[in-house]
Amino acid sequence: MAASDHTILEQAADWLKQGRRVALATVVETWGSAPQPIGSQLVIDAEGNFFGSVSGGCVEGAVVTEAIDIIASGKPSLLQFGVADETAWKVGLACGGRIGVYVEPIA
Amino acid sequence: MKRDLLEQLLAARANRQAVALITNLGTGEQRIVPRGAAAADPLAQKLDEAFRFDQPGSHEGHFINIHNPPLRLVIIGAVHIAQSVIPIARQLGYDVTVIDPRGAFATGARFPGIALHAEWPDEVIPRLGLDPRTALIALTHDPKIDDPALHAALESEVFYIGALGSRKTQASRAQRLKDAGFGDGQIARIHGPIGLSIGARGAPEIAVSIMGEVTRCLRLGG
Repeated sequence: MAASDHTILEQAADWLKQGRRVALATVVETWGSAPQPIGSQLVIDAEGNFFGSVSGGCVEGAVVTEAIDIIASGKPSLLQFGVADETAWKVGLACGGRIGVYVEPIA
Repeated sequence: MKRDLLEQLLAARANRQAVALITNLGTGEQRIVPRGAAAADPLAQKLDEAFRFDQPGSHEGHFINIHNPPLRLVIIGAVHIAQSVIPIARQLGYDVTVIDPRGAFATGARFPGIALHAEWPDEVIPRLGLDPRTALIALTHDPKIDDPALHAALESEVFYIGALGSRKTQASRAQRLKDAGFGDGQIARIHGPIGLSIGARGAPEIAVSIMGEVTRCLRLGG
């Protein structure tokens, strides 16, 4: 993993200490060209604030939206983004790769 | 992720312990495996590779994330080039420590926000502990300061050792290390002249060449 991912876990811990509800998104699979390596992470709070990166900007918006639902439901989910995916046409992985992002609440 | 797992990951980082977090992507179940206990885990073989290559990955419905200790760069010499190396190293994720016994160089004004030791390297380094996630670069040109640091680095498992100086300087340094009892194989671990050969001019470009070489050793070995 990238060293900076540890800073993301620290950010998650800080937000939890402030009483915020938090989810963690992790790139668990990549196919073809993908802008962020496996293990890259993004932390999201219930208000949609986020820190880190799972794609260099392409799918962060969609991940944050899903993460807010996952914080509410408490159930983790494996999200897929790629050119064959309808969502991807909207959110756009410009590089043409595909990624799997695991989003889980921290509680 | 349970909050206590997050706390355990942060504690491992603070204690410079390598651990893996294994997630069952179907059930969400998670476990932390310290590197020392990896051989006893059902995913032992994958874990061993993942730790060795610092490479997270998915395997049979499980995601293995590697939480290695943070990278660390120990700089001998609170010199001009160090000032250019530090912002690049921090961007690359290194915790930076600067050691220079010359109080006029090792000042907080010159190195704001950096762990700074105005002491001799052989006093400081045993306290730091050099490990395989650490790189050491010697930048003073002064054998009195650089050599004790190089001795400590050669006796450790740091993944990179570099020393500033011309080929002539390197040759006389190698002779001194030989006289001190180090073998050719050990001395060959020192990258000198330091840095990738990119025709660097001036401190910022030398810093790029140094951190390029450190990155190459981290990712490709050697």
